[in-house]
Amino acid sequence: MYRYDEFDTAFLAKRNAQFRAQVERRIDGSLTEDEFKPLRLMNGLYLQLHAYMLRVAIPYGSLDAQKLRKLAELAERWDKGYGHFTTRQNIQYNWPKLRDVPDMLDALAEVGMHAIQTSGNTIRNVTADHFAGASADEIADPRPYAELIRQWSTDHPEFQFLPRKFKIAITGSPNDRAVTRAHDIGLRMLEREGQTGFEVIVGGGLGRTPMVGKVIRDFVPENELLPYLEAVVHVYNQHGRRDNKYKARIKITVHENGLDTIREQVEAAFERTRAEFEGVDERVIARIRARFRAPDLVGGETQAYQDARLDPVFRSWADTNLAEHKDPDHAIVTISLKAHGATPGDATAGQMRVMAELAEQYGYDELRISHQQNVILPHVRKSDLPAVFEELKAAGLATANIGLASDIIACPGMDYCALATARSIPVAQQLAQRVEDLRIEHEVGPLQIKISGCINACGHHHVGHIGILGLDRGGVETYQITLGGDATETAEIGQRTGPGFSYEEIVPAIERLMLAYLEVREDETETFLEAYRRLGVAPFKEALYGPEKQRDAA
Amino acid sequence: MPRPFTPKIITANALLEGDVVYFTENGSWSRNMSEAELLEDEAHATIRLIDAEQQGHIIVGAYLADAKSGPKGPEPVHFRESFRARGPSNYLHGKQADARSDARSNDNY
Repeated sequence: MYRYDEFDTAFLAKRNAQFRAQVERRIDGSLTEDEFKPLRLMNGLYLQLHAYMLRVAIPYGSLDAQKLRKLAELAERWDKGYGHFTTRQNIQYNWPKLRDVPDMLDALAEVGMHAIQTSGNTIRNVTADHFAGASADEIADPRPYAELIRQWSTDHPEFQFLPRKFKIAITGSPNDRAVTRAHDIGLRMLEREGQTGFEVIVGGGLGRTPMVGKVIRDFVPENELLPYLEAVVHVYNQHGRRDNKYKARIKITVHENGLDTIREQVEAAFERTRAEFEGVDERVIARIRARFRAPDLVGGETQAYQDARLDPVFRSWADTNLAEHKDPDHAIVTISLKAHGATPGDATAGQMRVMAELAEQYGYDELRISHQQNVILPHVRKSDLPAVFEELKAAGLATANIGLASDIIACPGMDYCALATARSIPVAQQLAQRVEDLRIEHEVGPLQIKISGCINACGHHHVGHIGILGLDRGGVETYQITLGGDATETAEIGQRTGPGFSYEEIVPAIERLMLAYLEVREDETETFLEAYRRLGVAPFKEALYGPEKQRDAA
Repeated sequence: MPRPFTPKIITANALLEGDVVYFTENGSWSRNMSEAELLEDEAHATIRLIDAEQQGHIIVGAYLADAKSGPKGPEPVHFRESFRARGPSNYLHGKQADARSDARSNDNY
């Protein structure tokens, strides 16, 4: 876990005092809403459908117990006793009052947290692989680099008024759990001739024009990462379209100018920035590394874990929610925030405290938030897993569904969001409940369902194996289905199946897709996505809309 | 021929609480849609929106929303306004909770 120094603390205090004064001036009428809005957005404060919403950054998804307890305290003191974890590893509070927000930010600053650049046309909170520092398949922990990028991008004078928001994701592993190909910049760590560096992917993004990112440079050495990023954002800042909000993201800049043109300009800018940054990365990354406390893993016998596996309930949870740790005596625990019928990504203050306690007692004081809206205990000794499971169970946090049909990503949709065109949360709730009632999700196996309540795609529907997009069609909530999306290193944008379904029809339609898959798969080792890739859309279309002949007649 | 004008109400969010509010006939803001002024004339609606926008120290983002006349006052036409008037569907929060606690306190007293 990274520890902030005095500079960070002083910076946050100053920034919060500044925002407190801005809020006061808004309330006393010195500032109009037009003047205040960009200021509040820079501090993560939105005005949504029913109330203000404060989006708090959880840099690269990393937390410790103290921070999570503080998030619980905010939920209780200034919200309605819960928080919502998002697809960008942040937490959102749905009910703060304007006057309370400066106090909330001061409370966050006590533990080195903030809401800076969680909104606005800036470089947003950097997201990272949620298994970083723990997983067996990674080259190195990407989080020191994520912290490097956070420090560089926070209050960066050139990049406070970009054409549009700018999102960076980073992974240290060849298995991409950070959706790097759907970000403005995606960074994939590589090793070449003994040197660590990054493949730089640019121009990915979802939203109304979904695009898979393209490799702009196959290798940037780690000590030149910042000057290279600075060059990319510099070129984007010059060429990004400010005349049309829908064409302002870097994916459009790359698409309209061509990757080669952009690459040439980036390389030219890089010549300059490389000289300016000479040695900065090395010095700063050394300082950051020194402040990243890696846990001293204490191994030990795993017999208690083997014994516990005789209990089928524990075994089912362990098979679904554990991932391989780099240390054979440890495991990575994913805590599902997707209890069947509950709101995806929501945790009560009580649940947050339980997770904080578990992290402290069994997890070397480390927690992660995943973009899949779950919580991770990245380092748990296998012999402690039965105890962890029991405590999770008592707190309603032991749902065994990670990676399965009810582990649904859903944006807040029209239950909260001012931009939404339809609801997503109740669709996710009903779908998960239906899957549970039918008892089919373990049979269906790995299946990622992702729901967005508008074209902006915060719910990542384009990269869901099954994607659901809620729209307003003539004053009625309508849901379009896409199939075959993929959020990993083999990223793909899903294809639309055809006409949309009403709010009442969408859950039965998804059920038909799952049942059709069970019919057509070769055997139980073939996943939904593999079956779709082998067979194409035809059998699934038939499940949704009936036999083709009948459809033509209709 | 001009298109017939769909009746409107003016709605916004309260500056301090962020709560959904409705512009009333006497120029104040109510938490209840049924107390909103139903605007059936387009020119009048335009003028009232200007009046409402003058109160930027109390509210944020005033706009005209379609509405229809109901037994207790204006009612929403579009589902977005129904949700704004009610609260989220996943928890009993927002106006629906306020309405329930109002009802409870009425029972008590």
